[in-house]
Amino acid sequence: MSKFGKKKKGMPAVNTASLPDIVFMLLFFFMVTTTMRETELKIENPRLPNATEVKKLEHKSLVSTIYVGKAKDQKQGKGDKIQLNDKIATVDHIAAFIYNERDQVSEAEVPFMTTSIKADIESSVGTITDIKLKLRDVNALKLSLSARKSGNE
Amino acid sequence: MARRENPEINAGSMADIAFLLLIFFLVTTTMDVDSGISKKLAEKPPKDFVPPVIKERNIFEVNINRNNDLLVEGEAMKIEDLKAAAIKFIDNGGGLGKTVDGVVGLPCDYCGGAKNTSSSDHPNKAVISVQSDRGTKYGTYIKVQNELLLAYTELRNRLSQEKYRMSFTELEQAYKDSNRKDEELKKKVDDIKTSYPQIISDAEPTSAN
Repeated sequence: MSKFGKKKKGMPAVNTASLPDIVFMLLFFFMVTTTMRETELKIENPRLPNATEVKKLEHKSLVSTIYVGKAKDQKQGKGDKIQLNDKIATVDHIAAFIYNERDQVSEAEVPFMTTSIKADIESSVGTITDIKLKLRDVNALKLSLSARKSGNE
Repeated sequence: MARRENPEINAGSMADIAFLLLIFFLVTTTMDVDSGISKKLAEKPPKDFVPPVIKERNIFEVNINRNNDLLVEGEAMKIEDLKAAAIKFIDNGGGLGKTVDGVVGLPCDYCGGAKNTSSSDHPNKAVISVQSDRGTKYGTYIKVQNELLLAYTELRNRLSQEKYRMSFTELEQAYKDSNRKDEELKKKVDDIKTSYPQIISDAEPTSAN
């Protein structure tokens, strides 16, 4: 009797010795999957348009991104600005930008390179067309017009 | 004497430190993948390039003006009606298909359209031409592109459902899931794709002046 009575007295504390291990495991997972924003946006964060027929971009290393939108800094002037890497540029810099991106991947992968245009919904088609023409000049033909996936209908 | 015994380091706060780091990475992690409407630009034409002559009835003209209004085949239209109009045009099937390697194309036997002689001949001949003004809002442009792609998706899904008892979206997904190795599926996907090829051309925009 006394034996059974003893057991019921106090709940044994849960062993928390392995808790750090669990947490570390989670920690490593997030450390590995984290991608910090490598470029600081000089333009206002573009409000991407919504679309249903979007395709996911695979192989992040093969994607070069061009941002289009209004400049954060008023000194840059009004209207659509183009940001390549971390500074605001003009369409004439696009060719050099694409060549630079190509240098970073092996030659076999160059045909699979995609240019992603992240443009604000308020920007004008003319700017996008200018970019397209420049991209065509340097034969960067795969293009993705960045859009947010919205539900059907 | 006091040095002889090493007191154990208290590891009780280890979990707290780990949690702190964990929360930091949790917050900074962005898992979203970039997605967008994929387009393929046309190659730069050589200087002496003569554009092929396309019959008027095989061109579906979409104009977007500076005020983001739509003009489709010469008539004003709301963006919601664009998909239906595009489907009607692509799926018309009023004539023979494209001539490939000297072989005259066949009439479209899978089209469900009106077979109107004043609309497109065959899905592989039907060209959608989008012309926008330089001042058009990018959002509108994307909406139009999206509606046109939706039209193609709907047609492809319909044909795929009839032929293979599954929608084109499912078919493509199944092919992707097989790591693009299943030849059977690849054939089916290619078949649907060639039945309704996406021919959307972006005309040079009109100038703002």
